Amino acid sequence: MNLSEHSSILIVVIPLIASFVNIFLNFLQRKLCYPFFVLVLGICVALSIDILCQVINFGVLRYRLGGWMAPWGIEYVIDHLNAYLIVIVSSMSFIVAIYSKDSVKKEISKAKLPYFYSTYLLLATGLFGITVTGDIFNLYVFLEIASLSAYALVAIGEKRSVLASFHYIIMGTIGACFYLLGVGYIYIITGSLNISDLTRLLPSLYESKVTLTALAFFIVGIGIKIALFPLHRWLPDSYTFAPSAVSAFASATVTKVGIYVLIRISFTLFEPKFLIEMTPLSNILIWWSTIAIFFGSLIAIGQKDFKRTLSYILIAEIGYMVFGINIGNKEGFIGAVLHILNDSLMIGCLFMIAGGVFYRIGSRNIEDFNGLNRNMPITMAAFTIAALSMIGIPPTAGFFSKWYLIVGAVKAGYLVSAVILIFSSLVNALIFFRILEKIYFTKNENTPMYNFRELPISMMIPIVITALAILIIGLYSGEIISSVIKFSLPKGF
Amino acid sequence: METSISIKPVLAIAVSAVSAFLIAITGEKLRNLRETWSILASIFKFLIVVSMLPDILCGKVIEYCLFRITSELILHFRIDALGLFFAMTASFLWIITSFYSIGYMRGLNEHKQTRYFVYFAITLSATMGVAFSANIFTAFVFYEIITIATYPLVAHKETEEAKKNARKYLAYLLSTSVAFQLTAIVLTYCLSGNLYFSKGGNLSNDISSSLLTITFLLYIAGITKAAIMPLHSWLPAAMVAPTPVSALLHAVAVVKTGVFMILRVVFYIFGVDLLKSLNLETVLAVVASFTIVAASVIALRQDNLKLRLAYSTVSQLSYIVLGAALLSPSALKGSIFHIIAHAFGKITLFFAAGAIYVTTYKTKISELDGIGKRMPLIMASFTIGALSMIGVPPFAGFISKWYLSVGAIESDKIFVLAILAISTILNACYFMPIVYVAFMKKSKDSKYNGINEAPIFVLIPTVLTAVLTLVVFLCPHPFIKLIILIVNQTFGG
Amino acid sequence: METVIGKYNYWIYIALMMIGFYAMIAKRNLVKKIVGMNIFQTAIILFFISTAYKKDATIPILIKSQEVIDPAKYINPLPHVLMLTAIVVMVSTFGVALAVIMMLYKQYKTLDEDEIIEILRKKK
Repeated sequence: MNLSEHSSILIVVIPLIASFVNIFLNFLQRKLCYPFFVLVLGICVALSIDILCQVINFGVLRYRLGGWMAPWGIEYVIDHLNAYLIVIVSSMSFIVAIYSKDSVKKEISKAKLPYFYSTYLLLATGLFGITVTGDIFNLYVFLEIASLSAYALVAIGEKRSVLASFHYIIMGTIGACFYLLGVGYIYIITGSLNISDLTRLLPSLYESKVTLTALAFFIVGIGIKIALFPLHRWLPDSYTFAPSAVSAFASATVTKVGIYVLIRISFTLFEPKFLIEMTPLSNILIWWSTIAIFFGSLIAIGQKDFKRTLSYILIAEIGYMVFGINIGNKEGFIGAVLHILNDSLMIGCLFMIAGGVFYRIGSRNIEDFNGLNRNMPITMAAFTIAALSMIGIPPTAGFFSKWYLIVGAVKAGYLVSAVILIFSSLVNALIFFRILEKIYFTKNENTPMYNFRELPISMMIPIVITALAILIIGLYSGEIISSVIKFSLPKGF
Repeated sequence: METSISIKPVLAIAVSAVSAFLIAITGEKLRNLRETWSILASIFKFLIVVSMLPDILCGKVIEYCLFRITSELILHFRIDALGLFFAMTASFLWIITSFYSIGYMRGLNEHKQTRYFVYFAITLSATMGVAFSANIFTAFVFYEIITIATYPLVAHKETEEAKKNARKYLAYLLSTSVAFQLTAIVLTYCLSGNLYFSKGGNLSNDISSSLLTITFLLYIAGITKAAIMPLHSWLPAAMVAPTPVSALLHAVAVVKTGVFMILRVVFYIFGVDLLKSLNLETVLAVVASFTIVAASVIALRQDNLKLRLAYSTVSQLSYIVLGAALLSPSALKGSIFHIIAHAFGKITLFFAAGAIYVTTYKTKISELDGIGKRMPLIMASFTIGALSMIGVPPFAGFISKWYLSVGAIESDKIFVLAILAISTILNACYFMPIVYVAFMKKSKDSKYNGINEAPIFVLIPTVLTAVLTLVVFLCPHPFIKLIILIVNQTFGG
Repeated sequence: METVIGKYNYWIYIALMMIGFYAMIAKRNLVKKIVGMNIFQTAIILFFISTAYKKDATIPILIKSQEVIDPAKYINPLPHVLMLTAIVVMVSTFGVALAVIMMLYKQYKTLDEDEIIEILRKKK
């Protein structure tokens, strides 16, 4: 049997099964849980890279579940965009998994750890599922697998996380239900659930109001899941109070996968011209996301809690991506897709650093960052790189996606949005240089409290790897665009 | 034009980057070895830069494409006569500044000297990067690196005042470059499709003139390092830094990078013809003239010696900008000559100010009574620097003023002559009193009477630069030869 | 009138959904909130099932002797199948939500959201 043929299903099935095995392993030999957990995610990384290579070499992969033909059975379709996303999700989940070993020690009780690992694997399963599937109802199921495990993971955190998780459940369920309604309306008029089948069927139905209703439900539903301002209320609390490993993993992947779903719905399910020319939807989304960028950045300035600051920055970054895909030109789309990668590295790295600082000083308050450079120079160097990338200073990765977004905005004539994008960069500069000044140039008064050294090696390596990736990937942006993103451009771009 | 491909530009940049690394790992304990790295790097860098001179003098252009990030964002070096001229000035002055830094930092027993030398070396690397860049993107990358690498130097003292001023420094430089310069670059790309500096200008005439005007103004506002009013106040703020850093800012790297970029934008992005047709050169000339006069007037009122020098720099830099704005060959000659004349003159003045501080801890002009009798050599150097700034023969400043005046007549802008005359008088007004009190008045401090010169490491560089100011006047031919080449390359003669 | 009576199934689902939605947003008691959430989800299930319905049709079970198969005589089984999955999802969501509520009750000894927020504010 050629294993490579089945990569696309294995990447979903392996973590799913592993999450159950992990619980049994807990009863047999608790020590094995963590190595097993990391091993499984390592296998997922290998599989995802295999998938990416296959897609680059042989084009679109199609995998029929149970051998059923496409419109009837469930089909997994992987093109360049999915493969790209899978690699991002799997690598981030692997990196954060390594990081979680020591970081959860202070946040989660030992007895709960195996369950934490299982839920983490379930979240990964859900995210992989969303990216590989070519069926809109199947996508809903995976969306809910991912969300349910995310609710649980958030609730493991400190005391206040439980209420945050509850709000997340309420909002997330509304989002998922809206998505399901969208699926219902699409099914009513076409009788199909397969994305490639729908691409063929829908164009004749563009005049129908039902189609429009479905699209509206899809967009609002996904808007909640990706926390597009003002539907973002669940995000800051959840990511602030969740365990740091969860914040890092979820912020780096969950919202990005949501963006992926938005791209699929808007540009694969429907033709780009439907959103851009026939309806004012993409125009609405552009203004909507511009507002999201503006307010996300604005609110971020006023926060004292570092993780909360990051959450609001994340909300602004989501605005970037939604903005980029809706501009309707090549540059904007490339910028948005590139930003999926860059942002997941940057925000993941920053959340891991936030967790690392919490691990050492037990505080997330920016005021307590004074003089940290003396104690943890390597972590703070990584912080500097991630911060510069967030601001968009070349040659870090963040610059290149921003470059494409701004060029796209200018070419499409959305000058106000371009100004807002730059405004947001400036706000990031303000936020991060304020922190950098504390880290490097302010002495902390209560020195005896700060008698500690660098982070444990298992936390440091992931942070350093992501920071280096931010530096290096930026230089290979062109390579990524020409070998992957170029092929995922929607028709007519 | 003949092109030769050589890795020398990369070496010239790398040599100080490597030395920064070596300095960092050598550390405080082996301070002699650490200082050796600085000095070796500065000498090597100068030698590498000079080794390119023969090729350039033959009219060749040296190119090296470092990294093709995306199809339009390319890290590309191309060295023409202008770039080499700037690189030579900066790298030569770095050697002198290195010696001076050692004397100054040790004399004052400053803290964190390792950090200081590391960032100094990085700044020089980035300055070479700007000098060698073939397109505005590469220049922008290194421009930002300079901004960030000089920030720790400005904040070196880590006092509240130092931090506040460093914040101001960073806020001005970073926010304008991200907000205005980046936007201008994006507009340039959208208007012309590439970002290269090309002879006679990159942008063409057939684009709407209002967009071009906006782009030009954004460039002028975005290249804040040139300290054109009203975006100049970061420069006086940066005076909190140690004196060698001020020398670096004012003479070696930072502000010169600014004016160099302005020259590039004026002659190689827009081009003479385009600017003339849009009448933008008048705007630039008026702004520069205003800066020259206004900054001189402000300088008159400063009692702090370094602040007075800072405002003098603001005023002198605009000479260079003004020379560019006149768009005539002679004015350009003057403008470029002033880069070197001002560099030598101002570095002498700053070295002298630093020497006074190291020996007597005096910073105010009102305290300098009789200082000339204590430190005759230093004050003699100071006088030479001041005379050169005013433009008195036989010092370098005279030559640049001469060419500027010729250029003003050539391009029929007689008001510029008046500006030059007023400015000369103002320069005399704020420099001569210092010289007067230093030599003529009696010291109030009766304790020190005999001669008490600065430490040798500080003294020699100061005297050396003063002598050089004279030498440049007496045999300007090697410089003039290169400058004529620059003018020919720029105006296509 | 025609649109109201002829498509009453849609109106009912919308009404149910709005009731659920109202409860989720306006009720301060956490249990009431998730009851609302359940009504909200149930409304969607009803919507799906009702779209599968055809007049005078029967469940899609083929009898061996039957030769000619007329699809119009059978109701569409797919939405039912989809909703079976959706019910599973719903139940799990409900389960997670209940677990979270139990944790909240253990922590704060109350199920009223306002009171919990009040307690949190006092702690600060």
